[in-house]
Amino acid sequence: MKNLFQKSLKISVGVALALFLTSCGNSEYKLFDPKGPIANEQMWLIIHSTWIMLLVVVPVIIMAIWFPIKYRKNNDKNEYLPDWEHSNKIEAVVWTIPILIIIALGVITYITSFSLDPRKPIKSDKPAMVVQVVAMDWKWLFIYPEQQIATVNEIAIPVDRPIEFLVTSDTVMNSFFIPNLGSQIYAMSGMENRLHLIASEVGTYQGISANYSGFGFSGMKFSTIVTNEQGFDEWVVSVKSSQSPLDDSAFRELRVKSRDVPPKYFSDVNPLLFSEIIEQYTGGLNGK
Amino acid sequence: MNATLGKPRPGFTGYVTEESHHDYAGDTVFGFWVYILSDCILFATLFAVYAVIGTNYVGSTDALELFDLGFVLGETALLLLSSFTFGMAMLEANKSNMKGLIGWLGATFVLGLAFLVMEVYEFVHFTQEGAAAWDSGAWSAFYALIGTHGLHVFAGMIWMIVLVIMILKEGLTGDNRTRLMCLSLFWHFLDIIWICVFSFVYLMRFV
Amino acid sequence: MASKHTVVTDPDPIFGKLTWDSFPYHDPILVTTFIVVIIGSIGIIGSILYFGKLKYLWKEWITSVDHKKIGIMYILVAFIMLLRGFSDALLMRSQQAIAVASESGAGYLPPEHYDQIFTAHGVIMIFFVAMPFIVGLMNIVVPLQIGARDVAFPFLNSLSFWLFVAGALLLNISLFVGEFAATGWLAYPPLSGLEYSPWVGVDYWLWALQISGIGTLLTGVNFVVTILRMRAPGMTLMKMPVFTWTSFCANVLIVAAFPILTVTITLLTLDRYLGTHFFTGDMGGNQMMYVNLIWAWGHPEVYILILPAFGIFSEITATFSRKRLFGYTSLVWATAAIMILSFIVWLHHFFTMGAGASVNAFFGIATMIISIPTGVKLFNWLFTMYKGKVEYSSPMWWTVAFFLTFAIGGMTGVMLAIPAANFVLHNSLFLVAHFHNVIIGGALFGYFAGLTYWFPKATGFKLDEKLGKWACGFWTVGFFVAFMPLYILGFMGMTRRLNYYDNPTWNFWLLVAGAGALIVLVGILIQFYQIFASIRDQRKNRDRTGDPWNARTLEWSTSSPPPFYNFALLPEVRDRDHWHDMKQLGLAYKKPEQYHRIHMPKNTWAGIVISGFLLVFGFAMVWHIWWMAIAGFVGMLASWIIYAFERKKDYYVEINEVEAVEAKRYQRLERAKQLAEEAERDADKATTISV
Repeated sequence: MKNLFQKSLKISVGVALALFLTSCGNSEYKLFDPKGPIANEQMWLIIHSTWIMLLVVVPVIIMAIWFPIKYRKNNDKNEYLPDWEHSNKIEAVVWTIPILIIIALGVITYITSFSLDPRKPIKSDKPAMVVQVVAMDWKWLFIYPEQQIATVNEIAIPVDRPIEFLVTSDTVMNSFFIPNLGSQIYAMSGMENRLHLIASEVGTYQGISANYSGFGFSGMKFSTIVTNEQGFDEWVVSVKSSQSPLDDSAFRELRVKSRDVPPKYFSDVNPLLFSEIIEQYTGGLNGK
Repeated sequence: MNATLGKPRPGFTGYVTEESHHDYAGDTVFGFWVYILSDCILFATLFAVYAVIGTNYVGSTDALELFDLGFVLGETALLLLSSFTFGMAMLEANKSNMKGLIGWLGATFVLGLAFLVMEVYEFVHFTQEGAAAWDSGAWSAFYALIGTHGLHVFAGMIWMIVLVIMILKEGLTGDNRTRLMCLSLFWHFLDIIWICVFSFVYLMRFV
Repeated sequence: MASKHTVVTDPDPIFGKLTWDSFPYHDPILVTTFIVVIIGSIGIIGSILYFGKLKYLWKEWITSVDHKKIGIMYILVAFIMLLRGFSDALLMRSQQAIAVASESGAGYLPPEHYDQIFTAHGVIMIFFVAMPFIVGLMNIVVPLQIGARDVAFPFLNSLSFWLFVAGALLLNISLFVGEFAATGWLAYPPLSGLEYSPWVGVDYWLWALQISGIGTLLTGVNFVVTILRMRAPGMTLMKMPVFTWTSFCANVLIVAAFPILTVTITLLTLDRYLGTHFFTGDMGGNQMMYVNLIWAWGHPEVYILILPAFGIFSEITATFSRKRLFGYTSLVWATAAIMILSFIVWLHHFFTMGAGASVNAFFGIATMIISIPTGVKLFNWLFTMYKGKVEYSSPMWWTVAFFLTFAIGGMTGVMLAIPAANFVLHNSLFLVAHFHNVIIGGALFGYFAGLTYWFPKATGFKLDEKLGKWACGFWTVGFFVAFMPLYILGFMGMTRRLNYYDNPTWNFWLLVAGAGALIVLVGILIQFYQIFASIRDQRKNRDRTGDPWNARTLEWSTSSPPPFYNFALLPEVRDRDHWHDMKQLGLAYKKPEQYHRIHMPKNTWAGIVISGFLLVFGFAMVWHIWWMAIAGFVGMLASWIIYAFERKKDYYVEINEVEAVEAKRYQRLERAKQLAEEAERDADKATTISV
C-alpha cells in the first residue's frame, strides 16, 4: 500500500509539474506575462524570493523524506540515540539559516516596499496622466479629468506614459487590479487611494475587482486598452462622439445596481464629480 | 547532548502519597484576574475605537458644547467613593462583622446606582441635544465606551444583590468570601477604567 | 439558505421579521435537506427514547463536567460540522468547475446562493470545525498531561461547550429559516452593514459568532488557570509536555484576542440594530477600522489553531521515533515567540489598503520573522527522527504528510508577506491555496494525527491503523490535487470568490481542483468508516494497558479510558517524559499501597440551560422578535443565578469506590500481560516452525 501511495504521489506531482512547465510560457499566466515595468519587477520579486526560500525549503523536504526512511524502525544498521536531545551545533545551524534567509528577504522587502509603493510617481520623460476610478455596484466608472470624458468598464491608456489612478468607491470596498500591469489597490468610499502604473506594450488587458463586493462582483471586469498616443487620441474622440454626457440623471442611473455591464462612453463629465463622490461620504450632516 | 536525569530520590514512587489540599479559592481568584485581563483588552479596544473616530462629529453637536465637567466630576466622585465604601466593606468582612459588611455594601450599591442614574440622565440629555449614538461616528464611539462601562457597573450591582442574599442566607462562608473578593476586584477595576474614561474622554476635550 | 433575499422593513410585534417568505419552501434542494434532517433527528431522538437512553445521555454526557467527555463531544460536533463545511466546498468546486460564461447566471448556483456558500464554508471550517476540534483535543489531553483531575472550572467548561453548540445550532438554523450572510467569512463592512445587506444573513453571522465566541473566551480563561495552577507536583513549566505548552500559548492568545472579536462584532451589531456609525462608509464611521480590528483578532486566531497542532506533532514525533524530543527548550521559546509576534503582524492581511511604504515594510518584515521560529520547529522535529527508530504508525503518517505540505505552505506565506509581491497576489486563488495549505496541511493534519494518537486514551481502543493510513493518503493526495492548481490559477490572475469567469483556460485547473476535492471526500468517507469499523471491532483494538503506543508523557500512565477521576493518586514528576522515566525506573504499573478519597465536581444542568436560553435570545435578536429576546435573556440570567445559589457542587469519591475501579484496571493489566505472553509464544512457535 505504501508503494501504491508513493507511486500515485510521484505520478500526480510529475503530471502537475509537467503541465505547469509546458504552459508557463503561455500568456495566460498574467503574473508571469508583465506588460509594464511594475508588473515585471513584481514577477522577478516573486521568482527571486522563491529561489531564496527554496534554499531552506528543499533541504527540509529532503530531510523530511530521508530521515524517516533512513531511521525507520527495522533498519538496524543505524546508530540509535534514545536520550540525545540537544546539540549546540545543530541548534546554531537551525536558527542561523532561517535568520540569514529572513535577513536577505527582509532587505528585499524593505527596498521593494518603497520602490514599488503604489503611491510613488513613476519616473518618465512624459507627464503622468490622471484617471479617476470609481467602484460602483457592480461596475467601474472611469473619469478622465483632462479629457473631460468618462467611461464605464473600459479604459484606454497611452503606452509608456505613467498613469496616476485615483481610486475611490461609491459603494462597498473593492480592489482595482489590472494583473498584467501590476499592483492592485483598495477602492473605499470617502477615501482617495493612489496607484501609479505604466504599460510598456500595446494590447488589451483585463482589469478586475479583486475584493468581493456583493452579488454582482464576478462581473466587475473592464478592458484596459493600451495603445499609442494616436490610438489614444482616436479613442478619446470616439468617446466624445458618443453624445451622451454623464449628467445628474445619467449618474443616478449608474448608481442603480446592475450586473455584467457592457462598456459605456460619456462624452462629457463634471470635472468635480470625483471629489463630489468622495465628499458624499466625508461631508456634512446629510451624508447622502 | 544526552538528557541526564540521575537517580530518583529514595522512596520516589512517581505519585504523591498524601492528597495535598488544593487551593480552589486561589484558582477562582486567579481565574478572575485572568478574566479581568481579558476585560482590559475589551476596554482597550473600545478606547482605540474612540481614539480613531472619537472626533468624527460630521455635523452632530460637538462634545465641547455638551460636556459639563462639574457633572462628570460628580459622577467620578460617586464612583471613587463607592470604591472606598467597598474597601470598608472588605475590612468589615475580614473582621467577620456582618452588619458592617452589609451596611457598607449597601452604601456602595446606592453610590453605584446614583452613578448610573447620572449616566443615564446624561445619555438622555445628550440624545435630545443632537448627540445621539446614531448621529455620528464620534457619538457612536462615546456611547459604546461609556455604555459598556455602565453595563459593567450594572452587572456588578446585580452581582452585589445576589451576593448579599447569599451572605444573609449562609453567612460569611469561605466560598462567599471568595466571591466577595472577586466582586471587589471587579468593582475596583471598573473604577480604574472610569478614571481612564474620565481622563481620555472628558478631560482631554478641555485641554 | 434561500437564494431569495427578503427585506422586512417593519417587523411584526409577535413574529418580528419572520414571515412565510423566510422559509425556503420554494427551493427543492433545501426542502429535501430539511426533510432529511427532520427524519434524521426524529430517528435519533426516537431511538434514544426507545432504548431508554435519554436519562443516560442526560446524566453521563449532557450535564457532564468531565473534561474527557466534553472533549469527545466537541470533536463529535466538529466532525458533523466538517460534513457541512465540506459539502459547501464541494458545491463551490463544482460551481467553479462548470461556470465558464460571459455573464452571471452560469453554473447551477446563482450568486445569491453561491456567496452564502463560500461565507458559510469559511465560518464553519474555522469557527465550528477547527476551533472545536482543537478545543476538544485540549480538553481530553491537557488535564491528563499535567496530572490534574479536571480543569480549574468544570462548570465553565461545560458552559463553554454548550455555548459553542448554541452558536453552531444558530448557524445551522439559517439554512432553513431565512438565509446566511453573503459577505465573506469576515463580513467586511460596509458590505455587511444594513445598507448593503438589509436581510438577516449577517445577523445570523453576528449572533452565532458572538455566542460561540464567548464560549471560547471562557475556555481560554479556564485553561490558562488549569495549566498554571493545577500541574502535578514536580512539573515545573519547563517540564510541561510540549502539547501543554502550545495549548497554554494558544489559550493566552484566546484570552488576549477574543475580546477584540467580541467588541468588533458588538459594534457591527450596533451599526445594524441601532444605526450607529462605527463602520459605515459615511457619517464619521471608519470601514478600515473594522478591517484592522477583525484582523487584530484574526491573525492571533490562526496561531490559536496551529500552535496546538505543533504541540501534537512534537508529541507524536518523539513517541514514534522512540527518542526524546530534540531541542525542547528552543521549541518552547519558539512557541512563545510566535505567540507574541502574532499580535504585531495583522496588517499583512491588507497591504493593498494603501498604507505607506514604511508601514507595509514593518508588517511585512515582522511577518517574516515569524517564519524563523516556525522553521526552527520543523528542524527540531526532523532532528527528533534523526538517529531514532521511526515507526510508521498512522499518526506518524499524518506527521510526515504535514512536514511535506507545511514546508510549501510556509514558503508561499512568506511570499505573500512581501508587500510588493502581495500587491499582485492578494485576494487571488494563490492566497486561497496558501491558507488552505497551512490550515489543512498544518492545523487539520495535526488534529487528525492527534485524534488518532489520543483516540485510544479517550475511548479505550485504537482506531483502525490500516484505514487511517488510507485516509491520510487520500487526504494528502487530494490536498495536493485540489490546491496546487489554485496556486497556478493565482498566477493566472484569478481572484477569489468568483461565481463565474469568462476565461476558458482556467477551467482545466478548476476541474483538476474539483477532482482533488473528490479525492479528499474519499479520505473523509474512509475516516468515517474508520471510526465506525473501529467501534465495531473494538475488541480487536482494545488498549488494556493505557499505553498503546509505548509513549512518553504523563497521560499514558493512567488507564484507557481513564477513570473519571483521571489518577487514583496524583503523579509526582521529575522529568517531562514522566511516563518514559517511570518505565525506565521500573515504577510503571506498580500498584500503590493505599488510596485516598478523591474530591470531584458534580454534573450540572446549568451549562445547557443557560446556553439554550442564549440560543433563544440569539434567534430572537436575528429576527427582531423583541419579547422573545427579553425572555431569552432573562431566562439566561435567572438560570445562572439559580445555579449560583446551588450548593454541594462537589463530592468525595470514597476509597472503596476508588479501590474497585483500580482493581479492574489491574485485572485488565494482568490480561494484557497474558495476551502479550501468548503472542510472544505464538511468535516463537512460528519462528521455530519456519526454522
